[in-house]
Amino acid sequence: MADALVTLDGVTKTYSGITALDSVGFTIAAGEAVCLAGENGSGKSTLIKILAGVEQPDRGRITFGGTQQGALNPRLSAEAGIKVIFQDFSLFPNLTVAENIAFSAEIGAGARLVHKARVQDTARRTLARIGVDIPLGAAVETLSVAHKQLVAICRALATEARLIIMDEPTTALTEREVRVLLDIIRRLKADGVAVLFVSHKLAEVLEVCEKVVVLRNGQKVAEGPAHDFDAASLTRHMTGRDVAATPPTPLPASAPELMRVQGLHKDGAFADVSFTLRAGEVLGVSGLLGSGRTALAKALFGLVAPERGTITLDGKSIALGNPLAAAEAGIGYVPEDRLTEGLFLTQSILQNISIGRLGAHAGASGVLNLAGLIDEARDWLKRLSVKAPDPDAPVRSLSGGNQQRVVLARWMARSPRVLVLNGPSVGVDVGSKSEIHGIIAQLAAQGLGVIVISDDLPEVLATCHRILVMKAGKLVDDLPTGQVSETDLAHRLAS
Amino acid sequence: MKIDWTRNETLVALVIAAFCLAAAIADPGFLSIATLTDLLRGGIVLGIFAVAALIVLISGGIDVSFTAIAAFTMYVTAMVLNAALPWLPWWAALGFGMAIGACLGAINGVLIAGFGLPTLIVTLGTLSIFRGFMLTFIGQKQITTLPPGMREFGRMMLVRGENADGSFYSLHGAFAVTVLVIILTWAILHRTMLGRQIFAIGGSVESARRIGIKVRGVQFFVYVYVGILAGLAGVIHASMARVANPFDLVGLELSVIAAVVLGGARLAGGHGTLTGTVLGVALIVLVRNSLIVLGIPSTWQSVAIGILILIGTGLPAWQAKRAAARSA
Repeated sequence: MADALVTLDGVTKTYSGITALDSVGFTIAAGEAVCLAGENGSGKSTLIKILAGVEQPDRGRITFGGTQQGALNPRLSAEAGIKVIFQDFSLFPNLTVAENIAFSAEIGAGARLVHKARVQDTARRTLARIGVDIPLGAAVETLSVAHKQLVAICRALATEARLIIMDEPTTALTEREVRVLLDIIRRLKADGVAVLFVSHKLAEVLEVCEKVVVLRNGQKVAEGPAHDFDAASLTRHMTGRDVAATPPTPLPASAPELMRVQGLHKDGAFADVSFTLRAGEVLGVSGLLGSGRTALAKALFGLVAPERGTITLDGKSIALGNPLAAAEAGIGYVPEDRLTEGLFLTQSILQNISIGRLGAHAGASGVLNLAGLIDEARDWLKRLSVKAPDPDAPVRSLSGGNQQRVVLARWMARSPRVLVLNGPSVGVDVGSKSEIHGIIAQLAAQGLGVIVISDDLPEVLATCHRILVMKAGKLVDDLPTGQVSETDLAHRLAS
Repeated sequence: MKIDWTRNETLVALVIAAFCLAAAIADPGFLSIATLTDLLRGGIVLGIFAVAALIVLISGGIDVSFTAIAAFTMYVTAMVLNAALPWLPWWAALGFGMAIGACLGAINGVLIAGFGLPTLIVTLGTLSIFRGFMLTFIGQKQITTLPPGMREFGRMMLVRGENADGSFYSLHGAFAVTVLVIILTWAILHRTMLGRQIFAIGGSVESARRIGIKVRGVQFFVYVYVGILAGLAGVIHASMARVANPFDLVGLELSVIAAVVLGGARLAGGHGTLTGTVLGVALIVLVRNSLIVLGIPSTWQSVAIGILILIGTGLPAWQAKRAAARSA
């Protein structure tokens, strides 16, 4: 093996009593791609921050190219050639592509004045190096996610880059964009640049990696050449258990009808949608982006007002386009983008759960029974096993899977009859995902009707009794899960 | 050139044009050199304040204490120069004011950049402290006899002349200072890395920190610079008014911020132009000076300014939202 470019040895970091990293050590060689895998909360992000010099480890040694480093700061790390591409890309939305790419290079060069020609030249050169073309004068806020990522990569390359760390590089990309990215990674490796992928979505990047390091609960639990790992073994190391996809227990034939949707129509979104949902049934609605699945999900909860059609629950009709009426009737909705639509990020976990129950805990006088409210919220936290150091901490501080559980807990506290889950495990790690699937099965077993809207086919197949396929605003297929395979389903969605 | 209707600058320029047209129709005498010089004179102090407010908004902060810094500086400069340094020439008097302003701005800078406190809260606090400290410990009486340097500056005119009807017009020398401030600030914002770092911090503090921008240093500079400009504006204000009234200036801060926001700066930071700021100030000065020409009582001034802010900032925001909805 070539000389180690970066060596970590016994790196430990604790945050307010919680150990985020516990004696982690591994090496990265020049031109090598390493995959650092781990679930949310496994310490991946902390490790990145330490390498980037944003956080200081409590203990441990970091060596760059044979020289042991003292206290790092972002500038020292950058000078050593360690470049981090954060999940949010850390770009400046208000500045142009060229300025974003050249900014750190200009700072590194100690420039005091703006050298416009040099900035343009740096940007043009680095874009050419990875073989892409993005208008230099465009404001970054107007770019697509994939382009923003490319700008971030260019910025890393604009100065001497020896190790590029990419945090969750593929989550927001389409399959084609991932191909482009992997090609760029291959080019960089050929140039002798090392790459550290940090991800919980792994299959995609394994093919370009030489080495895999797995973290769990802050500890290194596995390390080895990439060809020794596959999706299943990675999942096992990350979660510490086998996550098997078990199909749901079949629905008793006697299950009564719970909800009936008839002739629901919204111009330009979906047309003539009719289906029934039985008590205890998990119904999947699957379709590609733009098939109208999200509009339908929202319409069921009154967030989108359809022009025609009826929704009845237990034989009682529900007013369309009125989320309050839908909630009152016992429908719950967990949105796809829980960060912007589902949670009060800066408020506490308890507040987020109890917000839907304020009415129920207000006595006749209108004064809130705070103790009762909080007890109930705590109870739900426990029942859905939300891992939270402090229930008074803001929801923002939780990992994706735990945030999703908080949203679920809020609805469960209202004891709904029907729960509409839009993309229940988007942005959630493997372990949490299977737990969320377990929760879905539990809910159904209690007699709730659950509608899962998702384009994650394994998820739909693992959780649903029946799958409705949606295409161009219409329901085209109604398939019992047992009789359809993943490839068949993918074919029906796309054709 | 294509006109960008979603820009505040375009809208403000149109409103200014419409306003001038209406005023010219109501009073043919409106379109005169005298009106122009009055407007320019009205924009001198407001203009410097607005540039100061702009640079803070771009950096992602907000500063409401600059009027108090100006009032404090103006009063203390007049007092100290009268008592101890009457021989200081006018340019040194301005420099003295800038130095005091810098010190007061540095207090904001330490609290905001050093301790990381929220900018609005810090400057609301210092606004009150600077003003209260001056009125309690330094004085409340107007200083009607200014030091010779400030008097000399107060008499300085760039242009002076007589209208056809025999009335006089003049353009004060301080106008040149405002122009210099605008040019200097433009150069800092667009031609130095420091300026680009101010934009970068306004765009995303976290990103700035991650690529190694010394966020605290840049913020400290911003608040000291604002202090310097406020001190300068204070001394100019007293020189032009030929009196240092400690009760002046404070209360203007929101109008100034309104002018800057009207010109397209975003309260969220990272965006703002000097062109927009100048147009915003022009509009506000126009409303203040000339509403009366249109036969609108002067008590309506603040209502008119409020409506302008709502329309001027609301319309582009609404258009941007519609454009976003269409593309989604």
